[in-house]
Amino acid sequence: MPAVSTTSLVGSFTQEAFNTHLARVSHLPAWWLDRKRAAYGRFVALPMPKRTDEGWRFSNLSTLTLDGFEVGRAVPGTASSSALPAAASLTYLNNRATARTGDVPAGVIFDTLQNALLKHGDLVKAHLLAQPSKLGSDKFAALHEAFLEDGAFIYVPKGFEVTEPLAVYHQAEGPGSAVFPHTLVVAEDNAKVTVADFFASTVGGVLRPDGSSGHFACGGNDLYAGHGASVSYIALQDWSRDTLSFQFNATVARRDAKVLSLNVHLGARQARHESFSQLQAPGAHSEMLALTVAQGAQEFDQRTLQIHQAPNTSSNLLYKNALLDQAKTIFSGLIVVDPDAQKTDAYQSNRNLMLSDEAEANSLPGLEIQANDVRCTHGATSARIDAEQEFYLESRGIKPAHAQELLVFGFFEEVLGKIENEALHDALAAIIRNKFKK
Amino acid sequence: MSQLVIHDLHISIGDKTIVKGFTLTIKQGEVHAIMGPNGTGKSTLAKAIAGHPDYTITSGEVLLDGGSVLAMEPDERARAGLFLAFQYPSEIPGVSIANFLRAAVQARMTEGEELDATGYYKRLYAKMDMLKIDRKFTSRSVNEGFSGGEKKRCEILQMAMLEPKIALMDETDSGLDIDALRIVADGVNAQRKSAAAPGIMLITHYQRLLDYIVPDFVHVMHDGRIVKSGDKSLALELEAKGYDWVKQEFAAANA
Repeated sequence: MPAVSTTSLVGSFTQEAFNTHLARVSHLPAWWLDRKRAAYGRFVALPMPKRTDEGWRFSNLSTLTLDGFEVGRAVPGTASSSALPAAASLTYLNNRATARTGDVPAGVIFDTLQNALLKHGDLVKAHLLAQPSKLGSDKFAALHEAFLEDGAFIYVPKGFEVTEPLAVYHQAEGPGSAVFPHTLVVAEDNAKVTVADFFASTVGGVLRPDGSSGHFACGGNDLYAGHGASVSYIALQDWSRDTLSFQFNATVARRDAKVLSLNVHLGARQARHESFSQLQAPGAHSEMLALTVAQGAQEFDQRTLQIHQAPNTSSNLLYKNALLDQAKTIFSGLIVVDPDAQKTDAYQSNRNLMLSDEAEANSLPGLEIQANDVRCTHGATSARIDAEQEFYLESRGIKPAHAQELLVFGFFEEVLGKIENEALHDALAAIIRNKFKK
Repeated sequence: MSQLVIHDLHISIGDKTIVKGFTLTIKQGEVHAIMGPNGTGKSTLAKAIAGHPDYTITSGEVLLDGGSVLAMEPDERARAGLFLAFQYPSEIPGVSIANFLRAAVQARMTEGEELDATGYYKRLYAKMDMLKIDRKFTSRSVNEGFSGGEKKRCEILQMAMLEPKIALMDETDSGLDIDALRIVADGVNAQRKSAAAPGIMLITHYQRLLDYIVPDFVHVMHDGRIVKSGDKSLALELEAKGYDWVKQEFAAANA
């Protein structure tokens, strides 16, 4: 039965499904449609990940499937758009833009990707999915590009500062719905912006993270920071607990640019996140942060790459996981320092807080240094709640359950504390707190 | 008036007995200094009474207002009115002093009772001012990166906020310079004068602290029990003659 092999390679994302999708975006520029066709070709040709692939070590491949999904259909409702404090927001439901709020300063663009493709094609072309997939998910990255229908485009011109955060809500609804969210952030020289992506499941357009059916989410973001620019990107992944999720990040930092990306992972049954930072010119800095609350039988698979391509660049990665129940996390990180990237200062740390004896945390930190005058440090730790700290809190009359909660939130705060915007910090902390209590 | 009765207490770590028949009654408002050389079981005594899981009370009794605390968890003992000022307070990254103390205050409220946030901060700031702690400290993580003096002042701040019936103060003077010592002592003395003055067990190596916190009683501890008791003049005598004097006297009496 030759049909079997075809199904396993493309699953629900058949040529017919792709043609239907293409028909829906036929009004978009030809170069983009050509790229999508090429991407679909790669998706079809590339094999599914194998146990022996280095980029998939420790991952559960038996539950990675392309079957049983359907490109998300239009559903009624406009979904919530107030979970995060923001000056302006865009909301997507099953790949369709459904709502927008607020305004941005003149000159700044905060629009749908479709509108941007039509009005600012050259800008989009230069930055949209312009970086290679290097961390193992070429097939899924190709699928993302092929089926990407709409997303958010944020463009901040030279010297502009957007002080309040811009929020993008990517939402999925309905059993088996496949969504392909994307956020593209371009900050030109000396520009400054904070963008928050929020991924969640809805029922009737209302946020229902735990009461919703499972989805297939395959999303990406591109962050570009020009000379002296500052980009803060915060993503909160809270898909329903039966979702299979992929997220791909590509960050480019130019001379003296600073990029902070913070990914909070709460939802999905199996979630893979790949983050790739390129420090392209002297003075560039990338702060790569992640917080994960892994519970039940959830699996979070995080793969990172920090490439230092120029002298005097720095990067700081801190990925923290709290593991409960039978949850599993994988962290695999690589720092690469190119031969002429002298005076690189790179740091990579994965810290796991084990809150259950049955949980499993895997760490694979790595270095590949080709320059001789650099400072690179990496490390991974897994520890339980510190008994002395817990006794200290309890000796003040705080009940054990509350003491443990305080310590877990203390563990997270080291990362959350890096968010400069206080309202955004508090909103994220509240959402995580709520999740943790379930 | 509250009191803590410690009767013939024996405490071990693993299979090693550290405290061997310690007996003392501390009434609210009294300050009992416990002095003695290293390794005589002073810190063990304080931590075990607070319920530290590493220590086993093998026999004896600890009664707070007539009720045994030995079957209680550490948090229950604290809510019943015991307070341990740590010799080495833990650093708690990511937990601010304000949140930590609020959790401790809230733990003492009845179910459904709301914390009066305005009143709480007013009280907190007043105590901080008294202890010359910068108000910015409220948003700092508990003890993280604090100097020795800051840690000890933070302990006294907690004691002032929680108003225990009985406070066990373990080497509160260690690591303090004279200025810090004076601030800490002023903080303790202010609590002694208040209506809710706790009974204090003040564990120390040195006479120095007792110049600032004048004890009502001084007890010398050796080999896990009290071997000599007196008033504040005993501390001065110890300062002059050293602990060997007490040890010899004890050995002679038991020969």
